[in-house]
Amino acid sequence: MAKDDLLGASLWDAYSNKVTTLMNNPQHQGEITPEEAESHGNKLIVADFGAESCGDAVRLYWEVDPKTDKIVNSKFKSFGCGTAIASSDVMTELCIGLTVQEAVKITNIDVEKALRDDPDTPAVPPQKMHCSVMAYDVIKKAASLYLGVTEESFEEDIIVCECARVSLGTIQEVIRLNDLKTVEEITDYTKAGGFCKSCIKPGGHEDREYYLVDILADTRREMDEEKMKASADAQLEGAGNFEEMTLVQQIKAVDAVIDENVRQFLIMDGGNMEIIDIKKDDDYIDIYIRYMGACDGCASSATGTLYAIESTLKEKLSKKIRVLPI
Amino acid sequence: MQVYLDNNATTMCDPQVVEVMQPFFSQMYGNPSSLHKFGTATHPYIRKAIDQVYTALNASDEDDIIFTSCATESNNWVLKSVFNDYIVNGEKDHIITTEVEHPSVLSTCRWLEEQGVKVTYLPVNEQGIVEPHVVKSFITNKTALVSIMWASNETGMIFPIKEIGEICKQNGVLFHSDGVQAVGKIPVDLQDVHIDFVSMSAHKFHGPKGVGALYIKNSQALSPLLHGGEQMGHRRSGTLNVPYIVGMGKAIELATTNMEEKIASIRAKRDRLEDALLELSDTFVVGSRENRTPNTILISIRGVEGEGMLWDLNNGQIGASTGSACASAELEANTVMLAIGADNELAHTGIRLSLSRFTTDEEIDYTIEHFKNAVARLRAISSSFAKVQPTPGGEAGECAMPHHMAH
Repeated sequence: MAKDDLLGASLWDAYSNKVTTLMNNPQHQGEITPEEAESHGNKLIVADFGAESCGDAVRLYWEVDPKTDKIVNSKFKSFGCGTAIASSDVMTELCIGLTVQEAVKITNIDVEKALRDDPDTPAVPPQKMHCSVMAYDVIKKAASLYLGVTEESFEEDIIVCECARVSLGTIQEVIRLNDLKTVEEITDYTKAGGFCKSCIKPGGHEDREYYLVDILADTRREMDEEKMKASADAQLEGAGNFEEMTLVQQIKAVDAVIDENVRQFLIMDGGNMEIIDIKKDDDYIDIYIRYMGACDGCASSATGTLYAIESTLKEKLSKKIRVLPI
Repeated sequence: MQVYLDNNATTMCDPQVVEVMQPFFSQMYGNPSSLHKFGTATHPYIRKAIDQVYTALNASDEDDIIFTSCATESNNWVLKSVFNDYIVNGEKDHIITTEVEHPSVLSTCRWLEEQGVKVTYLPVNEQGIVEPHVVKSFITNKTALVSIMWASNETGMIFPIKEIGEICKQNGVLFHSDGVQAVGKIPVDLQDVHIDFVSMSAHKFHGPKGVGALYIKNSQALSPLLHGGEQMGHRRSGTLNVPYIVGMGKAIELATTNMEEKIASIRAKRDRLEDALLELSDTFVVGSRENRTPNTILISIRGVEGEGMLWDLNNGQIGASTGSACASAELEANTVMLAIGADNELAHTGIRLSLSRFTTDEEIDYTIEHFKNAVARLRAISSSFAKVQPTPGGEAGECAMPHHMAH
């Protein structure tokens, strides 16, 4: 919330000209009859997705050449808002000329991009991004009917956020790598949850199998458990093994010792520290740290505190350790 | 031609209202609380506005009608001060309202729930109104307040306020009504009904935005919402908004003078429009005409999604709504439609047309033609009217998504 948000944006003004034009005059609206497809020796596939009770519904028609699997003609019918109709229209256009196997790779992101006036400006405002997902889903359904396989067989990943097409694996990875603590941070890093918001938590526009709040809580719990385990292992293994550890293991072990013995005293004084890097040669293992909060610039941080940190790490992990604040 | 048919959201300020407001910006700009003549010169005009409002609503001289900034303030005032006076500093713990109130009531009630108040949200029947016996069955000796709208912004349906008022009186429970869609649209006689508090807003009856009022029966106790200079007889602080108060007085006078004639004229246009639109197949209008504000139509058009329809109407220079203006930029289904018990399908196909006394017969003709064309175009695109059926296995299920009702 800030100055720009004081007056809510006009929804329709955020539509691209292409969305407006196609809503006003869709190019591929209509039906293909079985007789028509048959007369060309082609196979007709008709698939529905959504329902009036959901607020939008689309029926996709494909006329497929059975010899080449090529979609030679495509039409749609749609119950929905401007974005739903424009998305359906552009989806139909994208399908024509592709084989079924190629068409199934079209995503809602491709549909949205095809609706843009210029490549860097979204075609629709965030809350309307979801309307393009229907286009993606109905293609999967049509392809599954033609190929005689299940829709799930096209999905390689579990998609948590359909609007931005972000997978469960990606979300778990960014939480771990960047130590993310809030859903807002996940959205900043991945765009997941930034559009229709259904995937953030239960009770949104539609039910989801996975929610960001749960993924975050589960991943954080796993991270905490791993940290505890590393801490326990580090103490169990003792100093002898520290020098043999991988860099990641070393960082975890150092972090665990700091957590156990040092950090609470720093926090009590309004400060903290983080590990920046570990470099080693034959004689020394140099641990680069950065002070934070009140520690940064505190006189003792270069003397007493530093000595305490270094001697603790030497005692617990390795005699070769030197601690270097930067 | 441009046609504005969203008068339940807001109305054009009547030019006669603008005219009477004019002197109070740069000529008679004194603060009415001042002792000097700059301030006191405004008094006769404010007194006149007060008289106009009391007359229009047939309020007793023993009652208070306090000018506020809007009906949202009036609704907040009643709910939060009843909470303070009868729940925090009293023995009560319960408030009764409905699922279909304006957000200024519903959101405030949700906030009160967070403060520990028990709130009952009554359902409406298929006509979109709360039945008095339902209200009665939920009143307990812990109930502090019943808050029920006089007429619905979305459907125009008029609630049985007189009967509910009697029930509240018999049970010794305070009764508040959000009268925003009733005041200026239908006769409101505050000596004919038993009601403790009524909220209203000038911009719904061709007055300016930014001024409303709260009626308080018998000048009964209710802690102030705004503290400060103790204007309005110590009941509502804040420098009196002189031009807007004068404008509200004029607007309510214009709306209620010869009201039966005005209602008959609006109703005739509304009915003509409604009849014409109902000639379309697979349509229906919510609620009986007799018990509806004379300006409102909420029509469902099968196979035509609400926002898509608004889009086409807008292209034809017609301003309408899918429901509450507050919710029209959201994705969700119309909660009032759902509360009425309509299926989910209807919740996405509702269009609200709300007329005013300025709506002309030419505008109605234009709207009928354009509306029918828009329905024809969108139904031609709609999957709901497609003839070729899905390949076996290609059918879609009904919507699994749970629409959340107003909590």
